[in-house]
Amino acid sequence: MIKIKNISKSFNGKAVIQEISGEFDKGKTNLIIGSSGTGKSVLLKCIVGLITPNEGNVFYDLRNFTEADKELKSEIRREIGMLFQGGALFDSKNVEHNVMFPLDILTKMHPDEKLDRVNFCLQRVGLENVNKKMPSEISGGMKKRVGIARAIVNNPNYLFCDEPNSGLDPQTSILIDDLIGEITHEFDITTIVVTHDMNSVMGIGEKILFLYKGRKLWEGSNTDIVHSGLSELDDFVFSNKVMQGLKGKPQ
Amino acid sequence: MKGFGQYMIFLGSLVVRRESFKTYYRLVMEESVLIGVKSIGLVALVATFIGAVTTVQTAYNLVSPLIPRYMIANVVREMTVLELAPTIMAIIYAGKVGSSMAGGLGTMRITEQIDALEVMGINSASYLVLPKIVASLLMYPLLVIVAGACALFGGYLVATISGMVTPTDYAYGLRFYFDSYAITFALIKSFVFAFLISSISSFKGYFTQGGALEVGIATTAAVTASIIAVLLSDYLLAQLLYVR
Repeated sequence: MIKIKNISKSFNGKAVIQEISGEFDKGKTNLIIGSSGTGKSVLLKCIVGLITPNEGNVFYDLRNFTEADKELKSEIRREIGMLFQGGALFDSKNVEHNVMFPLDILTKMHPDEKLDRVNFCLQRVGLENVNKKMPSEISGGMKKRVGIARAIVNNPNYLFCDEPNSGLDPQTSILIDDLIGEITHEFDITTIVVTHDMNSVMGIGEKILFLYKGRKLWEGSNTDIVHSGLSELDDFVFSNKVMQGLKGKPQ
Repeated sequence: MKGFGQYMIFLGSLVVRRESFKTYYRLVMEESVLIGVKSIGLVALVATFIGAVTTVQTAYNLVSPLIPRYMIANVVREMTVLELAPTIMAIIYAGKVGSSMAGGLGTMRITEQIDALEVMGINSASYLVLPKIVASLLMYPLLVIVAGACALFGGYLVATISGMVTPTDYAYGLRFYFDSYAITFALIKSFVFAFLISSISSFKGYFTQGGALEVGIATTAAVTASIIAVLLSDYLLAQLLYVR
């Protein structure tokens, strides 16, 4: 479980996120949603420690990450897997070495064991016979799947996904969403997904945090998001025609 | 001053939270091939022509019957070993290797590859930059030695083919009043230049913010700052090390 308490962050005096608190449950896909520029990615980066918040604390299973010393921070980070918006695969390494990278750096596994684990993870994300391909030779959807394989290769306790569907066609987006949901349940990890895609919200949003102008405005699940009664959330949820069709219908 | 302070903090961050020796060894070897072995061709070509041109220019200007012809080789030796091989090659090295370092790191930054390393608990600065600096310190002095040898050989070729100097006179001129301290001086300079070019270029690339345009700007800034640092340190080293 990840808990955040009063997280605030400003850049050059301009507040981007303000006093955000919440809990992200283990074994669930937790979503941070909101329109562009509401501070979703900044909040995610504060949680993983890529940005230091001005105020507030982040707790990983009761361990205070924000105030932790370098050793504890490093220890917690080794329990984290992250899928970046563009995949963030290392250009100079092929698919196999990209996925193997965390094992090379963080473990002392035998090379054969590492290769078995890499092949298992690639198989798990539906990729086979691409081991020797370079990132430039595979599609955007495949890059995302390789990114997921790399994120889970070291058996993380926490999985973070920053806009996993950006730049993907609707079919591949659903595939990636399903994969994230399945992996979360299968390995019982705490997953946090930042997204503004309503398909993802309705598909895998077991717990949802809605951000509006840098503040948390609503918290709930995909079953009650359409009945929140909040005009700001309704504007976000029913911004596309498919969702407008659901408005007023019993869930 | 703020930039200099950031640069010093950056250098400090390279030596904390390091990875295993085996990891660095592999990375240093990879970088050495990339920045050293793959630069030999360019360095040899440029140095050979610099040596040839220096010989022709010196011969053209030393036309007094009071000055023996072997002095042409002597002047070429002094210019090449002390200045042309370490300093001019440093400018070429900044353009080829420095720009590649800044561009590579800048691209890694904007495509979140550096963030990916940080999330894994890896000190990205140390993991990415330290091997580049160590490889530069290992390879650049060797490139300077190659450059010096090629320049003297280029001068020999032009001098003997054109008949400006006989092979015997050229060899005599190279050995005439030779002081091995010049080699020591050149190698000290090459170590300093290697450190400055690799660290400044990495610093500029590592802190790139924005997109493709900013990567280009960072690359240009890296080469410019490296060349200025090389020229400035060349002057300071000349003041400090000319003790004889």
